[in-house]
Amino acid sequence: MNGVAWLGQFLQILLALGLAPLFMGWLQTLRAILQNRRPAGLLQPYRDIGRLFHKESIVPESASWLFRFSPYVRFGSKVMAAAMIPTLMMGLPLANAADVIALVGLLALARVFQVLAAMDTGTAFAQLGARREVLVSALAEPALLSALFIVSLLARSTSLNEIALRAQTQIFSIHPSMVFAGVAFFMVLLVENARIPVDNPATHLELTMIHEAMTLEYSGRHLALLQWATQLKLYLFFTIGIVLFFPWGISPPTLQVGSLLLACLALVGKLAIAAPILAVVETLLAKRRLFRVPEFAVSAFLFGVIGLLSHFMLGA
Amino acid sequence: MKDFALWAGLGSAAGGLLAALIVPFLLGNRALQRSFGFGFAMLMSLAFLLTGIQGLGQAPVQISLPGPIPLFPWQFLLDPLASFFLAVLGLVGFAASLHGLGYFRSLPARQALRVLIPYPLFLGSMALVLLAANAYTFLVAWELMALSSSFLILVDPHLVHARKAVQQYLLIAHVGALCLIAAFFLLSRGSGTLDLNFTSLAHTAFSPGLANIVFLLSLIGFGAKLGILPLHIWLPEAHPAAPAPVSALMSAAMLPIALYGLLRMDWQILHLQGSWWGPLCLALGLLGAAFAVLFSAVQNDMKRLLAYSSMENMGLILVGIGLAEIFSQQGMNTLAALALTAALFQVLNHALFKGLLFLGSGSVLHATGTVQLSQLGGLNRSMPQTAFLVFIGVLAMAGLPPLNGFASEWLLLQAFLLAPGMATGLLQVVLPLAAAVVVLVLAIAGLAVVKLYGIGFLGLARATTAHAEASLWERLAMGFFAVGCVLFGLFPGLAVDAIAPITHQLLPGKLLAQPGIELLTPISPSRASYSPGVFFLGITVAILITFLLVWWRFGRPWRRAPVWACGFAGPTTPRMQDSASGFSQPLLRIFTSILRPSDQQDGSFQVTVREPFWDFLYVPLISMMYSVAARVLRLQHGRITLYLMYAFLTLVFLLVLVLWGFHL
Repeated sequence: MNGVAWLGQFLQILLALGLAPLFMGWLQTLRAILQNRRPAGLLQPYRDIGRLFHKESIVPESASWLFRFSPYVRFGSKVMAAAMIPTLMMGLPLANAADVIALVGLLALARVFQVLAAMDTGTAFAQLGARREVLVSALAEPALLSALFIVSLLARSTSLNEIALRAQTQIFSIHPSMVFAGVAFFMVLLVENARIPVDNPATHLELTMIHEAMTLEYSGRHLALLQWATQLKLYLFFTIGIVLFFPWGISPPTLQVGSLLLACLALVGKLAIAAPILAVVETLLAKRRLFRVPEFAVSAFLFGVIGLLSHFMLGA
Repeated sequence: MKDFALWAGLGSAAGGLLAALIVPFLLGNRALQRSFGFGFAMLMSLAFLLTGIQGLGQAPVQISLPGPIPLFPWQFLLDPLASFFLAVLGLVGFAASLHGLGYFRSLPARQALRVLIPYPLFLGSMALVLLAANAYTFLVAWELMALSSSFLILVDPHLVHARKAVQQYLLIAHVGALCLIAAFFLLSRGSGTLDLNFTSLAHTAFSPGLANIVFLLSLIGFGAKLGILPLHIWLPEAHPAAPAPVSALMSAAMLPIALYGLLRMDWQILHLQGSWWGPLCLALGLLGAAFAVLFSAVQNDMKRLLAYSSMENMGLILVGIGLAEIFSQQGMNTLAALALTAALFQVLNHALFKGLLFLGSGSVLHATGTVQLSQLGGLNRSMPQTAFLVFIGVLAMAGLPPLNGFASEWLLLQAFLLAPGMATGLLQVVLPLAAAVVVLVLAIAGLAVVKLYGIGFLGLARATTAHAEASLWERLAMGFFAVGCVLFGLFPGLAVDAIAPITHQLLPGKLLAQPGIELLTPISPSRASYSPGVFFLGITVAILITFLLVWWRFGRPWRRAPVWACGFAGPTTPRMQDSASGFSQPLLRIFTSILRPSDQQDGSFQVTVREPFWDFLYVPLISMMYSVAARVLRLQHGRITLYLMYAFLTLVFLLVLVLWGFHL
């Protein structure tokens, strides 16, 4: 059983690493089609990462070890998160090492390293991005936590594994507090992944940059890791959403090829359906003014708080 | 020899008083003075630590010594509650004294005595406060603690604002002490004896009315030390003015002693009678934490930032205690134990990371001559080892796994998440809002500490830079704290096990059981579990494998080049970086109505934020006092006949009181 569980764990991580760029490619293709552009193809993110890995890495003269170390921390923590979220199989060895609160802590760890690495370069752009990022995430993190709290209150557990298990057996998506949690979670997803209306992942315009500004000084394999980590983050947020709200199809903790294949197919199918939602949202909405971004994050937080309140008061 | 530990702790505390007397006679040799003073303080702290650890594992012991007045003997008690705080004091005292060996190395001889005399006194009096077993002993030690620490703030005679800080500190401390005296007086009236021994008081039943008043008085009395609103104004003034080891001691060891007082008074003596005590503590803690974290994030002075953050942490701990009181009122003792454990664990964690950061700020001050963030920068190149140690403290304070700050926050949030089953009435609204505020406070605290490190230690040096690494003693002291941060982060069960005797002492019933020191499972593994060791190992392995794979496949040497900065052709200068004010400007913009920033000054973006409670509460209060004093002055005419008449009238008034049967 133990060896089997570790094999499942390993498969789940590999799946995340492999699917994340594909998911990003699918999203970009959809966006291009919606915006009357010719898509670059599903495999473009793989080509980008591959190209960057072969290029030379340049490190600013003013940067210290933190600058070089930070891409590995970001990537490594995303891999760890991928191991913890039960996307493929439940009851995996690393699933109980940490719960949803620790998962948020893990994301915060990656972010703090990224922000500090940006400040390490000592350039105006990077620090500009850093200060925007810490503010926006200081408002988004409570929103994410309150959304996760609502779900854990309903599932009577903060362990993602248990949440997925309970959600499979008893459908709690119809609770009123769950609706608030869902809205808050989706807004946080937009904020944390630097999507429109919060940030534009395709721009390098200084007035609006948040996330991209922090990675400006990176190149070569460091940048490749960062881009891969960004894709993993988007993938992870979607899988968290799937675990919380649509957990059907995740394989039970036994290694059966049939149920694993089914879980794989279910995951790919759910991701394929989820991407158009994001693409439509991004196409329909305009990028907000930077000063409005905190309001967006705060309203996500308020949705979470209202959800918590309704759970405490209605018990549902 | 059950009371051996108590004697040892007591002896070393008394040794502190003795050392204060001996040090002045070691004149002539500064190095000898310093090593004797701080070496002795380290031994004292070690004794406190060992006494504390021993006391956590044994039944309470008490000893009584004859005092100067027959009615009031000196009585001392070592029970788990006192032992825990004594152990924390020992930890902080040891590292702070170690740091002091290096920190005070360049102090002139006359100033050295200004540290070396009150320092052991301060350390000893804190231990005496914790060991005191009756009100008399407690109050004497409490007063000694306030006075000796105020001398330590005044070490540098040239700091004018330090004098002002001490005035505020002493004023607030004495308002608090007066409230405590009043509280003990009421307890003495209520129990009908003059024997104010804590253990016998705990067996006395007090009427609810008296208990409520004593609770409020204790809240003001201990809250003055703790920095609850609006009694906090001394805190952000006094901590930055003191030398770094003293700031560390004050923030990491002295503030928690007020928490000890609250637990002793409200939990042990008054048995948490009032149902509104918990919600009040919760509200005060939340307000204080939210206020402090906002002000902490916009400070430009590293030590002020840390001082506000200490206040925020005390607020969070008070939230934990308030939550525990609420649970205990509802009879949910397991949950009460969980919340109390979270609060006490946070005391330990705060002591470790805040001690580390205060010591780090002292080393920065030594190396650069300033703690103004807007003048610093690039310290991770000029003093890399200090910067690395501070980095660990930063990660711990930001509440990031797998370090210790996260573990206690995790427990506190778990306590909130277990609440809904029992919440009734107004609590149904209050508890979720409280949980939301707590997570917001934690997130903004992360912003504040990222600012401290990013502006102060990273980037390019702004105005000044360090010329040398901190001394070996200082680095050892910071390393001690850093090891503590990692140790309690990876093995949180160590702390939870140490706290278990206290929850046993204060709460009835069978409480938290831990399967092992490497795992936190408050109720059951299926409900919630966190094992930081596996977590840390997972990340480390992931990072290592990534690094090795990337290095093996694409491992070309990297190259240094001037920064690209979006193609900016000119040279990048330190002035292009964010200033400290600039970094927190977006936050300032959101909370501008609370923070009330002043205008920027002469070209550089520097915002100063004034303490609103000083402007809106204390300044009117002071001017009112002046006007009252001016009125009272009319009584004074300097004529002897008039004064005799005042004395006569007073006598008549008192006689009338006695005739009416009023006596103490």
